[in-house]
Amino acid sequence: MKLFGSGHGACPGCGLPIAVKSVLEGTGPCFVANATGCLEIISSQYGKSAWGVPYIHSVFENSAAVAAGIEAALKALGRKDEGPVVVFAGDGATADIGIGCLSGMFDRGHDVLYVCLDNEAYQNTGNQQSGLTPPGSNTTTTPAGKVLPGKVKPKKDMVSIALAHKARYVATASVAFPRDITRKAKRALEFEGPKYLQIHSVCVTGWGIAGKQAIPVARLAVETALYPLVEYEDGQLVRVRKIKDRKPVEEYLKPQRRFRHLFKHPKGKEVIAELQRIADENAKKYGLDE
Amino acid sequence: MEKLRITLGAVSRPLESLKVKTGDWGAEYPVVIEENCKACGDCVVYCPDLCIELVETGEVDEKGRKKKVAKVNYDYCKGCGTCSVVCRHEAIKMEIKELYKG
Ligand SMILES: Cc1ncc(C[n+]2csc(CCOP(=O)(O)OP(=O)(O)O)c2C)c(N)n1
Ligand code: SF4
Ligand code: SF4
Ligand SMILES: [Mg+2]
Repeated sequence: MKLFGSGHGACPGCGLPIAVKSVLEGTGPCFVANATGCLEIISSQYGKSAWGVPYIHSVFENSAAVAAGIEAALKALGRKDEGPVVVFAGDGATADIGIGCLSGMFDRGHDVLYVCLDNEAYQNTGNQQSGLTPPGSNTTTTPAGKVLPGKVKPKKDMVSIALAHKARYVATASVAFPRDITRKAKRALEFEGPKYLQIHSVCVTGWGIAGKQAIPVARLAVETALYPLVEYEDGQLVRVRKIKDRKPVEEYLKPQRRFRHLFKHPKGKEVIAELQRIADENAKKYGLDE
Repeated sequence: MEKLRITLGAVSRPLESLKVKTGDWGAEYPVVIEENCKACGDCVVYCPDLCIELVETGEVDEKGRKKKVAKVNYDYCKGCGTCSVVCRHEAIKMEIKELYKG
């Protein structure tokens, strides 16, 4: 039986199902706890579930706590051999509203793989900024106009936050590289304890691109070093995805409606320069340039 | 120990989504050009709607291996074009549905 199936309600070209099926390909049958958000809405309406694995949705902020409870129960019942426990939660659910529950799950050392589906805003409610929205992005709560050039603050560094909790395996991935997601999900499960995998996932509606641009745009995020793909094991950086001929950030920004204003806004140049500085810093920090 | 069974609230059955046919969402649909298809499976791993499979053609190649090609299940395809974009062998092209022509 498939672990995730057709007939779900995601927008054509959405990255979420690519991320989910690639993770499940790596984990095999597992217990899934899902936070409120697009994935939950598109896959779990009553009578229309797209899941082929045990699945629970509770509320927006508590998926890490729900997963921790499932893991503790499986342990107490001697049923850990029935499969790993996996969380799927959006960037808003992870970096903002659910960060307390996530911190607790990490801190108590639960044997859980936590997957953050990072589409860089609260997309299910129509593109509001989250802690993982990048600078310059035009969202309904950071509207580009006379006052703002889009979001001002940088992306919250969830990788460092996970590492500071001594999560055993911490990695980033992208829907542009599904086989890499599968490998990372599989690798994560070799570590007993909390694991964090953050997957850059295209939202065609929120980012303002056509379905067929989804994968090329996701690829550009990696090729510009705005979304570095890194892997830590027990606190050590063990692998990164190298970049051949790193591209200027404009190439990633231009096709997306959420960044379009940057090319005419009086503060646009400044924001683009800031994004380029972030990309350069990523490349240096992780040694991305080949 | 006896297995716990708790059923509270709404309980769904696996893969009930299969009864939701999303194939009429898109304005375009992919066509596989079988002679170009190398059965690399890239379209399969990327398709967000899990509606492409590699299927045997019934033929065997020079080395005696069973030939496979990508096959789209149009019951679910939303016409996003992802398969066509990721294919490195120009084996999938998008066509406009009759209904949306002109
Ligand atoms: C406590 C609470 N506040 C607000 C909402 C409304 N809400 C539902 S989904 C959602 C956005 C989810 O954003 P994210 O976690 O990034 O997931 P995405 O939909 O982007 O995948 C919001 C704000 C809610 N369901 N519960
Ligand atoms: S709104 Fe965005 S994240 Fe939600 S289903 Fe559509 S493309 Fe996917
Ligand atoms: S057009 Fe999109 S939904 Fe249809 S088969 Fe290709 S990738 Fe899948
Ligand atoms: Mg989101």
